[in-house]
Amino acid sequence: MIRTPHVDWFSISTILVLLGASGIALLGAVLVPRAHRRTFAAAVAALGSVGGIVTSVWLYVDSASGDRVIADGFYRDRWTALAQVILCTVALCTVLVSVEHVPDEHVAEYFALLLASAAGMTFFVGAANLMTLFLSLEWFSIALYVMCAIDYGREGSLEAGLKYLIVGSFGSASLLFGSALVYGATNHIGFAEIAQSVARSGLHGDVLLVLGLAMIVAGLGFKMSAAPFHMWTPDVYEGAPTPVTAFMSSATKVAALVLALRVLRTSFPQEAHLWTWAFAGVAVASLVIGNFAALVQRNVKRMLAYSSISHAGFMLIGLSAGSALGGRALMYYLIPYSAMAFGSFAIVAARERELGAAVTLDNLAGFGWERPFLGVAMWFFMFGFAGLPLGGGFLGKFYVLAAAYRHGWTWLVIVGVLATLVSLYYYLGVVRALYMRPGEGLGVAVATGGAPAREPLLHAAVGLALTVSVGSLFAVGPLITLATHAAGSLPF
Amino acid sequence: MTISSLTSVLVWLPIAAALVVWILPLSRYATGSLAVLVSLVEVGIWIEQAARFDFGRSGLQFSQDTPWIKDLHVSYHVGEYGFSLWLVGLTVVAMAACIGYGFWVGRDRARAYFGLMLFLTGATVGVFVAQDLLLFYAFFEAMLIPLYVLIGVWGGPGRIGATIKLLLYTMAGSLVMLAAIVVYGLKSGTFDLVDGPTSYSRWLFLGFMLAFAIKAPLFPFHGWLPDAYREGPPEVTAVLSGVIAKAGTYGMLRIALTKFPDPASFYRTSIMALAAAALVYGSVLAFRAPDFRGVVAYSSMAYSGLITLGLFSGTNLGVDGAVLQMVAHGLISVSLFLIAGAVERRTTTGGFALLGGMARGRPALATLLMATGIISLAVPGSAAFAGEFLILAGSYQRAWWWAVIGAGGIVLAAMYMLRLISAVLHEARGSTVSDAAMDLRPGELALVVPLVGVLLALSAWPAGVSHHSFAGDAPASAIKAQFK
Repeated sequence: MIRTPHVDWFSISTILVLLGASGIALLGAVLVPRAHRRTFAAAVAALGSVGGIVTSVWLYVDSASGDRVIADGFYRDRWTALAQVILCTVALCTVLVSVEHVPDEHVAEYFALLLASAAGMTFFVGAANLMTLFLSLEWFSIALYVMCAIDYGREGSLEAGLKYLIVGSFGSASLLFGSALVYGATNHIGFAEIAQSVARSGLHGDVLLVLGLAMIVAGLGFKMSAAPFHMWTPDVYEGAPTPVTAFMSSATKVAALVLALRVLRTSFPQEAHLWTWAFAGVAVASLVIGNFAALVQRNVKRMLAYSSISHAGFMLIGLSAGSALGGRALMYYLIPYSAMAFGSFAIVAARERELGAAVTLDNLAGFGWERPFLGVAMWFFMFGFAGLPLGGGFLGKFYVLAAAYRHGWTWLVIVGVLATLVSLYYYLGVVRALYMRPGEGLGVAVATGGAPAREPLLHAAVGLALTVSVGSLFAVGPLITLATHAAGSLPF
Repeated sequence: MTISSLTSVLVWLPIAAALVVWILPLSRYATGSLAVLVSLVEVGIWIEQAARFDFGRSGLQFSQDTPWIKDLHVSYHVGEYGFSLWLVGLTVVAMAACIGYGFWVGRDRARAYFGLMLFLTGATVGVFVAQDLLLFYAFFEAMLIPLYVLIGVWGGPGRIGATIKLLLYTMAGSLVMLAAIVVYGLKSGTFDLVDGPTSYSRWLFLGFMLAFAIKAPLFPFHGWLPDAYREGPPEVTAVLSGVIAKAGTYGMLRIALTKFPDPASFYRTSIMALAAAALVYGSVLAFRAPDFRGVVAYSSMAYSGLITLGLFSGTNLGVDGAVLQMVAHGLISVSLFLIAGAVERRTTTGGFALLGGMARGRPALATLLMATGIISLAVPGSAAFAGEFLILAGSYQRAWWWAVIGAGGIVLAAMYMLRLISAVLHEARGSTVSDAAMDLRPGELALVVPLVGVLLALSAWPAGVSHHSFAGDAPASAIKAQFK
């Protein structure tokens, strides 16, 4: 007889809500008439995301102790819950932006996939052993592969899906192989047990273990699109439907970074000298490659893709410090970052729809004056990305640099500062295009003609992102308290 | 509301007004009126503060301190010392004049424009009142955001290049400063400027000084200056040279000299040499500049050099003079750039080759330009003379040759300023000067006359500033005591 473990249903309520909503949306594809399908699926998806936010906030409040539940396969703690709040909020915003931007075919399936991948991510951030880790990684990745390719009438979308599938599978394979090696070395798959086993049997520096760790680092590096595992990012971000890009650039990064710090701190505290240096190296590579490659981009989506690589570098500075301060810094940074990344892609989506063509720095000209709200929001996001004090991005950078300095890495502080300086040029390039170039006479044909579409939901999503990114500057005290409690769940 | 919260009001009122202007769909006229009104309210609040300021007392006044980021000991700490009070006054007066100028010339895209000008006001006041390093940095950077757009959108034909240079230069400096702030703050366990200890680190000192030297600017960090000053709209250039450049010299006084006494004296000679180079080189460039704004721009650099010379002389006289000179030059520079704007509006150019003979039939323009120019070249009895004299006396106490170089700079100032006056007002009538070009209109007079009036008042009583900047009028010991 198989003995089933005790299941703490509440601990996985966020996942269940998202998954349930995903199922209902999928049923809508079959049962709801075509005319109402979009409204139905979007409403279900929005409700599901709101439900996810509610349950994860509740979990945050109710999980101060931080336990492992369900046969020690899942963490019910504040680190998980806070990440889930961010992920569900991003999912909600993605729903809002997608309503007006997803092609009619497969609209219900799209929303179902979106929620399924969000559910996978909310599971991923709480994974407590290598099995649940891999399972949830594949779960959200497969949903994302399909979402990238969902606009299959467009060559770019198909290409993005295929590329992401192949490169992503490579990353997953690497992670799986690494997990196998770690299991082979320690005989355990639970994160905490791995550390205990290493300590008990003196596996410190064991070849299998170190090799496994390296492969896990590489696998996670693919998901967080950090250099040198970033090659897929610009192409996929460019080709995927823009709302999907917005979702990937914020949610996937949140999930991968949050989980990475958990795995490394919980399973490999003895190898900290290895992975802190490894991630410091990855951070520097991401900063250098991301920033310098972004300098020469004309396509705004590609530029933002490289910018997201460079921000992965910044957040990895916090991660590589491997300290409680670093964890706090990472968690705090993720809040304004995900808002800015999401918001900027959403604005690109609006312009793309207006033009019916890929958005470049040239055809962005005059956009700031034509669509004042979106223009100002983009202005805030770009200055925020660049680390000017117009949003929480500035404090996020300050925090990760502080963590690096605390760790004794003044050189990393200098690298971060120099990278910010380089990044200024291309972020300002966007502002320049928005406001300082005349829109007329560029030969840009506005596809729709007349007044631009009103897109109230997209505006709402961008407004929310703007509020979060600016608000996180002023509400830094409470947010840091939340992040401190969250990071308190990890063994520092 | 207590008197202390007025400091925060000075910072946040214009920023709140900026948000109102951006959000509410007001007409161009209403927007401009609101902006001018807010800037005048700022002046009023500042007068109220100045009236209540206790100049005899040492330590921070009108201060507010609440934790901002607890775990790293960052706080929202604002307050004013005597010298910061004067710089805040300079800011609000100059911004009122410049916002008024923008209203008078009727800048297009009024809501964006006035919102940015108001935002700039708040951020600049913030720099002068912040008593926490991270807060100071935030305001220091926040000044750049509106400046970038103001120059980039409303500037001249070469504006894009000018904004790129301005931003990259100044951000290079400030980001190095950010690294220095992180290191200083974490090492000493607080980011508070009042409680923070002094540091011996030369690297940190250089990190701060780089940012301030670029902002001021000192030779050889002035690469951004000519383009930004030529391409910006006149009133924005006026703010940039009159007020924002002072943030650099203010930072030297408030942070570099105060928190790093040992490194400051170690590098004293090199920095004074750079300052002297800025003074002489800036003056020579001003003499060679072919246009109105070029002369004023390079003269700003020269004056930044002079002010730095006074600050780093480390003597009572020198520092007193530097503070006086910051205020006086701020007012002079704003007036001159606004007059430059008036001349450009009438002739479409600032080039001396195309100007000349404007005094005939334009008495108000001639009088104001003459008055400001004469004050600027430090005629005895003027506010600038008082400042320069104090600086020279102070640097003489350090070593006699600094005073010689300083005096040489003043001779050069007379040369380029007289050249400017004669090239615009006198000589043969320039090809772009027509009889249709009117004298200054009442609106322009209402903006420039008060500035010149303040300058004349300051000339009559320079001690009003120089004796009321530091407790007990002993700046050297006040710096040593970190203004506590």
